[in-house]
Amino acid sequence: MNTAAPVSKRRAYEAPAYWRWLGFLIVAAIALPLPFLLKNFFIFQLTLAMVYAIAILGLNLLTGFNGQFSLGHSAFFALGAYTAAILMDQYDVSYYWTLPVAGIVCFVAGFLFGLPALRLEGVYLALATFALAISMPQILKLSPLEHWTGGVQGIVLIKPNAPFGLPLNPDQWLYFFVFAVAALLFFCAYNLVSSRTGRAIKAIRDNPVAARTMGVNLSLYKSLTFGVSALYTGIAGALGGIAVQFVAPDSFTFGLSIALFVGLVVGGVGSIGGALFGAWFVLFVPNIAEQVSKGLAGAVYGVMLVLLIYLMPFGLAGLVRMAAMRFARAKR
Amino acid sequence: MKTHYLIPAIVLGMALAASPASAQKKYDVGATDTEIKIGNIMPYSGPASAYGVIGKAIDAYFKKINAEQGGINGRKINFISYDDGYNPAKAVEQARKLVESDEVLFILNSLGTPSNSAIQKYMNAKQVPQLFVATGATKWGDPKNFPWTMGWQPPYQSEARIYAAYILKNKPNAKIGILYQNDDFGKDYLKGLKDGLGDKAKSLIVSEQPYEVTDPTIDSQVINLKGAGVDTLVTITTPKFGAQTIKKVAELGWKPTHIITNVSASVGGVLKPAGLENCKDILSTAYLKDASDPTWKDDAGLKNWIAFMDKYMPDANKADGSLVYGYSVAQTMVQVLKQAGDNLTRENIMKQAASLKDVQLEMALPGVKLNTSATDFYPFDQMQMMQFGTDSWKLFGPVITGGVASAT
Amino acid sequence: MELFLHQVLAGLATGGIYACMALAIVMIYQAIDHLNFAQGEMAMFSTFIAWQLIEWGFPYWAAFFLTLAISFAGGYMIERVIMRPLHNAPILSHVAMFIALFAILNSAAGFIWDYQVKNFPTPFGTKSILGEGLLSAHDAGMIGATVVMLLFLFLFFRYTRIGLSMRAAAANPESARLVGIRVGWMLALGWGMAASIGAVAGMLIAPVVFLEPNMMSSILLYGFAGAVVGGLTSPAGAVVGGLMVGVIENLAGTFIPVIGRELKLTIALALIVLVLTVKPSGLFGRTVVHRV
Repeated sequence: MNTAAPVSKRRAYEAPAYWRWLGFLIVAAIALPLPFLLKNFFIFQLTLAMVYAIAILGLNLLTGFNGQFSLGHSAFFALGAYTAAILMDQYDVSYYWTLPVAGIVCFVAGFLFGLPALRLEGVYLALATFALAISMPQILKLSPLEHWTGGVQGIVLIKPNAPFGLPLNPDQWLYFFVFAVAALLFFCAYNLVSSRTGRAIKAIRDNPVAARTMGVNLSLYKSLTFGVSALYTGIAGALGGIAVQFVAPDSFTFGLSIALFVGLVVGGVGSIGGALFGAWFVLFVPNIAEQVSKGLAGAVYGVMLVLLIYLMPFGLAGLVRMAAMRFARAKR
Repeated sequence: MKTHYLIPAIVLGMALAASPASAQKKYDVGATDTEIKIGNIMPYSGPASAYGVIGKAIDAYFKKINAEQGGINGRKINFISYDDGYNPAKAVEQARKLVESDEVLFILNSLGTPSNSAIQKYMNAKQVPQLFVATGATKWGDPKNFPWTMGWQPPYQSEARIYAAYILKNKPNAKIGILYQNDDFGKDYLKGLKDGLGDKAKSLIVSEQPYEVTDPTIDSQVINLKGAGVDTLVTITTPKFGAQTIKKVAELGWKPTHIITNVSASVGGVLKPAGLENCKDILSTAYLKDASDPTWKDDAGLKNWIAFMDKYMPDANKADGSLVYGYSVAQTMVQVLKQAGDNLTRENIMKQAASLKDVQLEMALPGVKLNTSATDFYPFDQMQMMQFGTDSWKLFGPVITGGVASAT
Repeated sequence: MELFLHQVLAGLATGGIYACMALAIVMIYQAIDHLNFAQGEMAMFSTFIAWQLIEWGFPYWAAFFLTLAISFAGGYMIERVIMRPLHNAPILSHVAMFIALFAILNSAAGFIWDYQVKNFPTPFGTKSILGEGLLSAHDAGMIGATVVMLLFLFLFFRYTRIGLSMRAAAANPESARLVGIRVGWMLALGWGMAASIGAVAGMLIAPVVFLEPNMMSSILLYGFAGAVVGGLTSPAGAVVGGLMVGVIENLAGTFIPVIGRELKLTIALALIVLVLTVKPSGLFGRTVVHRV
């Protein structure tokens, strides 16, 4: 038992593949009937939660799996949202075509930003991304760009109707649309992380020197991860813009970066499923906080965050993992 | 989408019509025999949390109405206010929560241009009134395209036009310098000022200096303005930066004709912190009374306001202009609801809001009255200019009726 | 040319604010090996305490030193009560904790003291000493006080036993523990000192920007920028970095047409990132070599 313990501990971290499928089926079984049971407003809220989950997943790919710290993901979220909004508003592009475009634009932006960021580590990278987040709203407001961005007034969008005469209202349709996109992106993330590339990405996080010795091209993988992470967040941004029907510089302040980061931590760093819980926290905890006290809404939010981190310092995913380990050990 | 709300109203209407005793009572979702549900969205957290106090003041005033008068026409007001953290995306979520989940009759005084822009289309599609929004952007008075949205305070552009007219009349050869906040608020003023100056804008304005809300100081901008030879400074700032500007101008030993926006004209909130000795001869405009200005210390309206504050918000800082603002918004709302009587449909609320006739609020300047019509969705569109003496503002000139509402 | 000089002088004056904050940031970085996002809010809260004491009738200097003591105790308590239970948690959880602390302090200050701007007195006076108001006595005093603090910190970390122990505890807790340093106590002490230095920064900055709950949120950013550009391991670098950020920002805003005025912060930040990619440890920082 003693000698075997470390090995079994390692194993318990990686849940078997059929668990994941089971997990997905359970989520789908709960998620798919919901739009027919809930009021439109709750459907809208859940849609937003899925949007944030995608963005947090993007951040997690970078921070959790590759070990690169970012406080700048609100900038990619904004870039995605504005790409979608400008395409829809100025060029009458259909909303579903804006997603791949937003993804590609953000991938390129993320990749390019990742290149100089290669030389930065830890707090320095944090500062560089922090600077990106702070600059983004100012760039969006820039008067020479006002023709496209609408400046401080932002852009109002039209909510898409269900296609093929499906008997769904726009909220229900958008829910299913976002669910499908999210399912696809989560599936891709699982596969990416467990692939050969994914192992290289994780190796860089755990021990860059060893990874390089093993022949991993550090700069390429780090920049690529940055690009993929930005792609996820950008698609989330585009979906968010479509769901809210409005984009403006004030939607994408540094506060959004902070919110995504907090979602990452409470969900579980390096856990793909944790993004769902993180998104729940981002969306609903501020609402709970303001119901406790309007004057102290920020403080209540802070206290709840503190308590949650005490309760589960490794995020919800960490807690589940620990419980699973206990369970596995008890069975033995 | 529309029918969704109309059906209950029609059914209800028919049911009520059947009983002759209450034939005239008509309700939409959010109003009953005993209650009127009003929604509101405020930035209680986040960068604009200073304005959250407006929501608290409105809430306190409705509590007073409920406690002292038993509500309006026997119906208590249930005021539901949510936090959006000054984030437009959150504002959409909260607006939908208010309309679809809490089922309010209408949304009152939601704050901020970005947040209101975000919900405007939704509110109009749902045909739920978005009344007396807490922003001075000029676009809120557009009944043709947005019949369910109405502003309240004087549009920023109207105020800016008053300054433009003042400069053209009194300093036709002015060298104007403008310091403005680089957001919707600053840009709207800037537009109003330029429109007001007309063809002369190009030749008179010698320097425009924007600043970001995230800038710690505006020293660099003020130095540039002085360096450009400006002799007439127009300061379009929020209170903190207004105080900084007044102080920096004094420190530089610079004495331009200084015009500061009404937003930053509070004696207690801006001028005192900046040093009253630095404020001599500054120009501004007003439409509400400044509770921290000694001019009003014997005024009956102010005394009522202070009595209200002492009883319902004893911990608040009375120098905060937002408290007078919230109080006056709530009074306007009460007026509209009284006019609406027992016909509490959304359509009638909008109709009554658009038929305010010469309403004089306690805390509005004497002669500054609320007026609306089916084509005029700017309730307050009158202001008066004022100049600072040694410790208080001195009003001068006539009450000027709005540039924008009549111009467009 | 005259405008250039004016902007440089004004930049130095504003840079003094950033330098002051940057120093506080470097201080806590030395003590806990971390950037503390709540540092600005801690400084703001301390300044409110000082303001309250002055309102209650304390003379300036009494309030000043009392605030330093209260801040020290507060920083110490934050470490003991909030951070201590997390010492095994991952770094990212610590950062989330800083964010929570930020939210709590900001919201509590607004609740207790409301959001109206408040005038905070200066001990140096506001007389202009250079260039007609470009550099006031307060600005000079602020830069002077920053330099004094810098000197004090330099001596403290270089020559005192406790200062050396603190550095050891932050840099290598394991080895420090082995040579008999009480690492936990050192961390708490570091928090206390950082809070006190933040309080000084807050009390020096408030007379310029006016006291209100959000006064530090943007200054913290500039402080970070200054600290990083100078090198997080070098207090002197942080001060120089802070002054540089102030000057660069002003010059960019004045002399780059159109986008300069609207993007002066962005341009300053881009410059910093550029500096970092060329010299990742900052202009004056030591390169830390990691052994495998």
